[in-house]
Amino acid sequence: MNVVQSEGVIGREAGFVHDVRAVAGRALRQVPREPAAVLPAVFVPAFFYAVNLGALENLAGTAIDYKAFLLPMAIAFAVTGMSRAPALVIDIQGGYFDRLCMTPVRRSALLLGLMTADVAVITALCLPVIATGAVVGVRFATGLPGLLVFVGFSALWGLAFTCFPYAVALKTGSPAAVNACYIVFFPLFFLTDAVVPKQLLTGWFSTIATYNPVTYLIGALRSLITSGWQLRPLLEGLAAVSALALVGLSLAFAALRARIRMAD
Amino acid sequence: MSDSGGYSVIEEAGRPLETAPPDAVRTVGLVRRFGPTVAVGSLDLRVRRGEIYGFLGPNGAGKSTVVRILCTLLRPSGGTASVAGYDVTEDPQAVRVRIGVALQDAAIDDRQTGRELLSLQGRLYGLSAAQIRTRLGDVLDLVDIGTAIDRRIGTYSGGMKRRLDLAAALIHSPEVLFLDEPTTGLDPHSRSAVWSEVARLNRELGMTIFLTTQYLEEADTLADRVGIISSGRLVAEGSPAVLKHSVGHDVIVAEVEGDDISALEALRSIEGVESTGNADGTFTVRTRDGAAVLGTVAVKLSRAGLHLKGLTMRTPTLDDVYTAMTGSRIEEGEALL
Repeated sequence: MNVVQSEGVIGREAGFVHDVRAVAGRALRQVPREPAAVLPAVFVPAFFYAVNLGALENLAGTAIDYKAFLLPMAIAFAVTGMSRAPALVIDIQGGYFDRLCMTPVRRSALLLGLMTADVAVITALCLPVIATGAVVGVRFATGLPGLLVFVGFSALWGLAFTCFPYAVALKTGSPAAVNACYIVFFPLFFLTDAVVPKQLLTGWFSTIATYNPVTYLIGALRSLITSGWQLRPLLEGLAAVSALALVGLSLAFAALRARIRMAD
Repeated sequence: MSDSGGYSVIEEAGRPLETAPPDAVRTVGLVRRFGPTVAVGSLDLRVRRGEIYGFLGPNGAGKSTVVRILCTLLRPSGGTASVAGYDVTEDPQAVRVRIGVALQDAAIDDRQTGRELLSLQGRLYGLSAAQIRTRLGDVLDLVDIGTAIDRRIGTYSGGMKRRLDLAAALIHSPEVLFLDEPTTGLDPHSRSAVWSEVARLNRELGMTIFLTTQYLEEADTLADRVGIISSGRLVAEGSPAVLKHSVGHDVIVAEVEGDDISALEALRSIEGVESTGNADGTFTVRTRDGAAVLGTVAVKLSRAGLHLKGLTMRTPTLDDVYTAMTGSRIEEGEALL
C-alpha cells in the first residue's frame, strides 16, 4: 500500500460561500436518494386540494373562484416542513457532524448550507402545485412576475418554518423531537382563512387567525393569483413571514452555537 | 518562548536565539472536567514533530477526551493545548487546517458514496477540483475497495468504513494525524495494512502521528514514544524499550494454587528478584536474568507447599509497565498479545 504521494499540508480555509455550496451540494445529492422525504410533499397537497375542491367548491358558489382561492393552501402544504433537519440529527448521532466540525468549514455554513438546499427543494416543489392549479384553470392575475413572487414568498415561508426543526435538531439531537415539531404546523395552518374566506370566520377562530402569521402568507399568495398587484397584502405577508423567519433563524443559530459550545 | 506566526521562537534574556518549529502537540496542565468528574487531570504532553506518539491506556482512561480537545471538539477546563504551534482554543481554525482525524467510531455518512465523502472532505479543506482528483487517486489505494468506492457507505463492512475514515483524514495531507484506536474492530489483514500505512506516512512524509490505543502490540510496534494514561493522568512516558526496561529485564509468570502470602514470601526471598506482583493466582517476578532465576522460582514455590500449574518466562510488555505504575492491568478487549 502506498497512499499519500503529495507532500506538505495542502488544506486551507475554503471561504464562506464555498463552504455553503459544499454543504448544500451534499444535502441536494441526498434528495433523489430519499424519495420518501419528498414525494408526500408532491402528493399530499394535490390530495387536499382535490378533496377540498370537491367538498367545498359548490358551497363557495360563484362569489369566489374557489380553485384559485384554495391554491395557496396547497402550496403551504407542499413547502412546509421540507427540511434536512432529520438528516442533521442522523449526522449528530452518527458522529459525522463532529467530523465536519473538525474541518475548517465555517460553523454557520453547516446550517446555511442545509437551508440553502431546503430553499432549492421548496422552490422545485412549488412547480407541480402551480402546474396542478394551471391544469384546473387557475391563472395568475399578476402574470409571470406574480408567479415568481408567489414562488419567492413560498420559499421564504418554507425557510422560516424549517428553522424550527433545525433548532430542535441541534438542541436535542433527537429524531422524535424533530418529528414532533412538525405538529406545530397544523394549528398554524388550519387556524387561518386557508380554506374558508376570512369574513366567514367568527369568534375565537377569527381572533386566532388574525394573529396567525400564516393568515398573512396565505393572503399575500392569494392576492397575487386573484387580485393583481396589491401592496397591502403583500407587505403584510412579507412582514409576517419575515418576522417568523427572523425568530426561526435566531433560534436555529442559537441552537447551533449551543451545540458547538456544548463542548465547552 | 514566544509564538511567532505559528512557530516558537526560543529566547534567552529577551533575545531570539534561534527559530525552531514548534512541537507537534504540546499540553501544559491540561484539565477536562465533566461536572464533578475529572476526565483529564493536569496533563503535560510534548509530542515532537515527525514522531509517532502512542497514547496507551485502558477504556475510560481519558485518551479520547484528550484527542477531542486536541482536535478542537472539546474545550479544556484548564491548562493549555497547542497543535502544530497553534492554541486549540485561541486559534482553532489554524489547528483544523493542519490536522487529520480518524476517531474511534468511523464518523462517516452512510448515505454518501465513498467517493462523495472523500470529495466533500477535500472541498471543505479548500482543495481545488484538480487537487481533489489527485488526492482521491492517492488515497484510493488505502481504501482498497475497488469499485465499491462508488457505492453508498452504508453497504460497506466495518473494516471498509475504518479505512475510508482514515483516507478522509488524509485527503488534505495533514501535518498531524490523530488516530483514535484506528484498528479496533479490524480484521488482522486490515489491521496490518493500517499499521504499514501509518509507519509509511511517518517514515516517508514525516507526518506526526498521535495514536491512541488500548492494544499493547500496536503501541509497541508503531510508536517512537509511548505515554501511558490512567484515570486522566500520565503515569509513564518514554520509548517502548525504555519503558519496558524500567520494569525489569525478564518477567517470570507463575500460575499457582495455594496460599498467596506464602507464595509471595517464597518469591521475594529469591536472590536477583527485582519485584513481584500477584493478580488472581498469577504471580509475576521481574528479574535481570530470568534464565538463572526460573528454576529457583519453581523450587521455592514447591518447597513452600504450593501447587505450580504453569511457569513461563517472557520479556516485559507495556502491560507490565502499566501494572507497575498503576497496580492494575490494561483491559484489552480484543487482546492482541
